[in-house]
Amino acid sequence: MRPTRNRWLAAAALLISLAALTPLGIAGWAGAQAGWPTAIALVFRPRVGELLANTAMLVVLTVPLCAGLAMALAWLTERSDLPGTPIWTWLAVAPLAVPAFVHSYAWVTVLPGLHGLPAGVMISVFAYFSFLYLPVAATLRRLDPALEDIAASLGQTPWQVFRRVVLPQLRLALCGGGLLVGLHLMAEYGLFAMIRFDTFTTAILDQFQSAYNGPAANMLSCVLVLCCLGLLGLESRVRGAARYARLGSGAARTRPRTRLGAATLPCLLLPAGVAALTLGIPGATLLRWLIAGGGAIWQFGEIGAALAQTLLLACAGGMLTVLAAIPMAWLSVRAPGHLQRILEACNYIVGALPGVVVALALVFLTVRMALPLYQTSVTIVAAYVLMFLPRALLSLRASISQAPVELEQAAASLGRRPAAALWAITLRLAAPGAAAGMALVALGITNELTATQMLAPTGTQTLATAFWAHSSEIDYAAAAPYAVLMILFALPLTWLLHAQSLQAAGR
Amino acid sequence: MTFLGIDHVSKRYGTVLALDGVSLGVSLGVAAGSRTAIVGPSGSGKTTLLRLIAGFEAPDTGRIVLDGELLADGAAAMPAFRRGVGVVMQDGALFPHLDVAENIGFGLPGNLRGQAARIAELLGMVGLPIAMASRRPDALSGGQQQRVALARALARKPRLMLLDEPFSALDTGLRAATRKAVATLLADAGIATILVTHDQTEALSFADQVAVMGGGRLLQVGAPRELYLRPLTPMIASFLGEAIILPATLADGVADCALGPVAVDDARRQGAADILLRPEQVSLAAPTPGAALAQVLDCDFAGPACAVTLRLQSGETVALRQPGIAAPDIGATVAIMVHGTAHAFAAGD
Repeated sequence: MRPTRNRWLAAAALLISLAALTPLGIAGWAGAQAGWPTAIALVFRPRVGELLANTAMLVVLTVPLCAGLAMALAWLTERSDLPGTPIWTWLAVAPLAVPAFVHSYAWVTVLPGLHGLPAGVMISVFAYFSFLYLPVAATLRRLDPALEDIAASLGQTPWQVFRRVVLPQLRLALCGGGLLVGLHLMAEYGLFAMIRFDTFTTAILDQFQSAYNGPAANMLSCVLVLCCLGLLGLESRVRGAARYARLGSGAARTRPRTRLGAATLPCLLLPAGVAALTLGIPGATLLRWLIAGGGAIWQFGEIGAALAQTLLLACAGGMLTVLAAIPMAWLSVRAPGHLQRILEACNYIVGALPGVVVALALVFLTVRMALPLYQTSVTIVAAYVLMFLPRALLSLRASISQAPVELEQAAASLGRRPAAALWAITLRLAAPGAAAGMALVALGITNELTATQMLAPTGTQTLATAFWAHSSEIDYAAAAPYAVLMILFALPLTWLLHAQSLQAAGR
Repeated sequence: MTFLGIDHVSKRYGTVLALDGVSLGVSLGVAAGSRTAIVGPSGSGKTTLLRLIAGFEAPDTGRIVLDGELLADGAAAMPAFRRGVGVVMQDGALFPHLDVAENIGFGLPGNLRGQAARIAELLGMVGLPIAMASRRPDALSGGQQQRVALARALARKPRLMLLDEPFSALDTGLRAATRKAVATLLADAGIATILVTHDQTEALSFADQVAVMGGGRLLQVGAPRELYLRPLTPMIASFLGEAIILPATLADGVADCALGPVAVDDARRQGAADILLRPEQVSLAAPTPGAALAQVLDCDFAGPACAVTLRLQSGETVALRQPGIAAPDIGATVAIMVHGTAHAFAAGD
């Protein structure tokens, strides 16, 4: 019974991994179909150079700024005796609950003149630094303080200790978080469109909206894919293969927190200022529009419809994504090996691709091969599954590995049939992980703007697209209720992330 | 001359008093560096004392002086990186992101190429082959990790070396050999050393001065032999090794106890007192007239040694360790012979 089950699962995993690769393949196919002369003419032109420079500058400036801010905040919340640490920690994670384009919308309201690279970098830092704060703070909490003591006893000043001992151990966290921020910067549409800053993603969407499925959009998409793959490669090079696990055994002594003394008040300004800029500005702006709009903006029919559509898409997408992730997660826990690792990598690569690339590939595919599916719920849900597969995979894999095969064998030795053992043990234990994965995917779908705009059936409005439609018409007041709803949905999940990072550190 | 002076040092963590006015002097030996061991059960404050000397934390009150230089005066403390005090921790605390050579060269000035000769010399000192220089710490055994940690601490020629239970993570066999090698090495280098441990055998064999701690206080300081044979209290006696403690009546240098008359170290004491005998001072023989007799209740044979439980004529039971080759039969009657003198505890303990 067992080998049969494995074979079916392996086949399913193979199929899903291949499906996950389709956007990548189609990007290449679309490029090839245009022919070399057209491709070269479309790629090597000043406009592409300009976009490339914009996108590169954005990443090069934003990621280090985010890293610096994240490290400063993480040090204050994890290593100093700053009063109110739990609140500051939570406030450093909470900006994730505000969709990036809502950050942008808030800033444009406050400073209508904002545009270009500096504005893009500033808003991106506020919207995304939490992706770096979470892993950096968690790592800082876990570091063995004995290493820093030893370095001090070897004559290293506190600054040298940080540079030579702490920083190298934060490398994994910085690389992972930096990659996440970089990929978001490349994929984000709304944030940059709102402040009229052109990146590949905004340019592709503009192209797409003016000429559906033109070769120009496809070629830009190819270049964007190369940029993303380049970023992935860069990250894995910088990360290296070194293992930074704690040597030796036993629990690490908890480090006494550094006394800030007279510096406490100035140090409080940093987390307070960051919270004001990342949460205060969006909060105040939304409040202002809600008050300005009064009762008129609460068009319950329209809002209710968008809410229902969003919930439907989020639930369907969440469930399908988790279902699609089960075979791969199962294989990677129960039958790890070379082939499995390659298949799994396929799933992660597509997660790193911007929504605009995935959407464009699906448009290309449906228009050419399955026109009736074009702009239907099937296509949009398929795009969601492809985009959010890694989220579901990570949660599922963690929870399936909580159910070692020995437990199933123990159940079998107690007289359960294999299927009954699977049901009673493994699936029961993996259920929380599946639920968490589903919630993560659903949140991603709720806040997804780019692919939804491109693929959603005509007349379908989600919270994100409705928000975008209103704010594009400069009806900022009417957009406010949608932003509030999106933030309310995201808040519990941000809390979950926060709790998970504490748990991972053994607290 | 006092090399390291610790003067009424106290340290409190929240409501827990970790150190309660500890004073300790470590004098520097003539040619070689002296070796002091601080021993005590866990929670006795010994690691806290070590961390204060290293400068990882500042005392609440009290002064620490090293070689005439004030290291800490209350909360005003010199930071660890200026102290020139080497530290080796329980699990080595090697930097996981650096290889062996980079670990050893960590505290040395200059680049790795300039340090190469010194690193090779240090590897040789701690008895590791040069080929290990490029290994990662996680590819080393526990004993090798400790040697690298020692080489790293030696690299800067510290004035004082602090060892925080550096042998406790090692296997029993390796532990004694490593301890001996480290003691010899530090003596040859002439570096004064403080070893913190909860293992009394380790403390007694390593150091020329042993300090026993308990409850954040220093209970007794002295030479290992002195401490072992003449502890101040029954509690210290039991902590430093197996002890037979019996009530006795002292008169003219002889204690009258359940083992018969036994010579005591203090000839002037008279009257009732508790006396201490170490199990190795007692041996068993065939019963002879006039000797103190006892009955063998139990005998656990364990190869080279056996644990014997005796019932004395007074009705008390006593546990002894005897050579395995002379294991008595259970139920037999044996004579008890006492070698050396017993130690009489001061009254009131």
